[in-house]
Amino acid sequence: MKLILNEEQNYLKETALSFVSEKTPVSHLRGLRDSDDQLCWDKEIWSEMVKLGWSGILIPEEYGGSNFGLTGMSVILQECGKTLTPSPLFASGVLGATALTKFGSEKQKQKYLSKIASGELTTALAIDENSHHSPNICELKAIKDGSNYVLNGKKIFVVDGASADIIIVVARTSGEDDDVGGLSMFLVESDSSNLKKVKLDMADSRNYANITFDNVYVDETMILGEIDMGLEPINEILDVGRIALSAEMLGSCEKAFEITIEYLKERKQFGVPIGSFQALQHRAAEMFCEIELTKSAVMAAMQGAEENSNDLQRLSSLAKSIVGETSHLVSNEAVQMHGGIGVTDEYDIGFYLKRARVAETILGNSTFHQERYANLTGF
Amino acid sequence: MSDLENFRVEVKDWLDKNCPSTMRAGAPADTPIDEVWGGRKAVYKNPDSKLWLDRMGEKGWTMPTVPKEYGGGGLNKEEVKILNEEMFAIGARAPLLSFGIWMLAPVLLEYGNEVQKREHLPKIIKGEIRWCQGYSEPGSGSDLASLATKAEDMGDHFLVNGQKVWTSYADKADWIFALVRTGPKEPKHNGISFLLIDMENPGVSTKPITLISGKSPFCETFFDNVEVPKENLVGELNSGWTIAKKLLQHERKFISNFGLAAGMGSKKDVVSLAKKHFGEDEGKISNPIFRSKVIDHKMKEHAFGLTLQRAADEGGKASAVASMFKYYGTEHNKRRHELMVAASGVNGLAWDGNEFDDSEKNLTRAWLRTKGNSIEGGTSEVQLNVISKRVLELPSG
Repeated sequence: MKLILNEEQNYLKETALSFVSEKTPVSHLRGLRDSDDQLCWDKEIWSEMVKLGWSGILIPEEYGGSNFGLTGMSVILQECGKTLTPSPLFASGVLGATALTKFGSEKQKQKYLSKIASGELTTALAIDENSHHSPNICELKAIKDGSNYVLNGKKIFVVDGASADIIIVVARTSGEDDDVGGLSMFLVESDSSNLKKVKLDMADSRNYANITFDNVYVDETMILGEIDMGLEPINEILDVGRIALSAEMLGSCEKAFEITIEYLKERKQFGVPIGSFQALQHRAAEMFCEIELTKSAVMAAMQGAEENSNDLQRLSSLAKSIVGETSHLVSNEAVQMHGGIGVTDEYDIGFYLKRARVAETILGNSTFHQERYANLTGF
Repeated sequence: MSDLENFRVEVKDWLDKNCPSTMRAGAPADTPIDEVWGGRKAVYKNPDSKLWLDRMGEKGWTMPTVPKEYGGGGLNKEEVKILNEEMFAIGARAPLLSFGIWMLAPVLLEYGNEVQKREHLPKIIKGEIRWCQGYSEPGSGSDLASLATKAEDMGDHFLVNGQKVWTSYADKADWIFALVRTGPKEPKHNGISFLLIDMENPGVSTKPITLISGKSPFCETFFDNVEVPKENLVGELNSGWTIAKKLLQHERKFISNFGLAAGMGSKKDVVSLAKKHFGEDEGKISNPIFRSKVIDHKMKEHAFGLTLQRAADEGGKASAVASMFKYYGTEHNKRRHELMVAASGVNGLAWDGNEFDDSEKNLTRAWLRTKGNSIEGGTSEVQLNVISKRVLELPSG
């Protein structure tokens, strides 16, 4: 496994950087927030991303994608993270595309994958039911009724759940509430009867929803994968998501750090740039080291996914955990080093802090992934 | 078969014939083990150690990438990889540990003249001469460029007077590479030269320093009217600081790699010690608070190992990155030893006597020794300064 990008991946990264620098600087997110945009992302921007082929990177060519691999997708998200660019790329292009590519029937792939690639529809993954990500706990039940399944229960904090056309729902089809065996996935159209979405207002101004299922009928052709497939295969989707999200979070860390270093060079107090003070220099240098370690962990996880590493679960948890911790360090230091202006809404750095915390909770925070890594390693 | 495949067969065959069985994995448990540093004063408990060194030195494989005319192996990167893999495959011991190899040889190759390269490199590679490093002085630690040991131009030779400190293994070394002041009137960085000094010269003396670990890897080295031939000056007069900095990068890289490598392969790691002393609960370290510290530590270690790999994959550019590895590697190694001592409880603080086993007593000494890792070769604070200024380009105070 080589921990470097190839030429095409570098090219994608550069393309993404110039795209987000030009089209979606942080002022783009600020604008969406200030106008109380209910979508929380911009349709024009999304269609431009789709034109660049980003939505189909994880989709096989026969279904309209480019099958370019997780590293390519991750470096794009890393650049999106630099300007906190909101889009359905993660929920649809990563989670939805992966779930359908890995577990979809031929019919489902025909029907949905090309539409994900073309941006005609977007997806969301509904898995969490508690304030902490704990995928083994699932009380939402799907009970067979003729050729249908009837879904009852509630999913919370569904990323892009307020806008998605198709919700991929993890439901219990057998066993007790914390039995990892009796879980199945269903493709549910978001305008189904008795499905109620409530958009969440989160600190990072992105799109989330709580979704209630009150006797929602789903045809058995909408089962994604096997009935009672259990958590293990579902985890394959989650790990791809965790890695891609880690890359986005890394990008945000890198940019928040860069902005802060620039500020240290510009801001003068006592007649000198504050960056000449050793107390700040050493903290900046320590952050540099932590970011370098984080880059390596994220790179190893991306490349591990490309190569189907049998250590992928550990690499995924390593990346998500370390990027979460580094995000804490960098976003807090970034605000502190900016002094007064750092805690004003007018200045952008606060957006990085808010996004860092929300992103950390998605698909498991650092503590969750430390525990998982430790259990997988035998600590 | 490709050239590389042929080379692998050759290496395998040569190792098979030339690596003594006591220098490989599977050697009898009672084999005396030498830490081989070579040099004129070397003493070997196991004659095979000397034999193995001589054979590897003759091939030039202790520095495989150095050109053959200087005594090296003349191998390219792919060939070195094969050599390392084949040595690893039979569990071959390192034939030679050497400051000459890690620090001096790389700068001699870059800055030495032809005569110096032909004179000194073969002896380093064969382990005939053991080198030590004369950098720090009692008044010049982190502010190394303030050094005062002077070398006066006496026409046909330099006359050296002064004192060095923290000279690793000076009492066992044959030659010293030293920074000396040759331009007392120049600004401090511009008056320093890089000089090679034979320690058998009259006027050179050494005195070991006992550390908190009870061991004495370092010495004070004194120069009292030592005459050094002019041809032992490396590079231009008063341009030694450039060479000194380059050598420090090699040193930092080596210290950070060494610290990590020494720990990662060892069986007595934090996890097994914690399980032994706290107990296990379904395969988990029983004490949840300590377990969480261990997890955090081991994950950082994993990421640091990946960072070393990434730097290698990137072609090991950026010199300032050496400072990051030195800083992080040594600080991490200190934390690792703190955790091992904490995991062992009372048994992690044993000093001597028969109530504790050797590995426990060694742990105490090793833990104390790590305190020096973040001081020698430039303190952690100096490394953070280097990162601030050279990587982040923050303004000077």
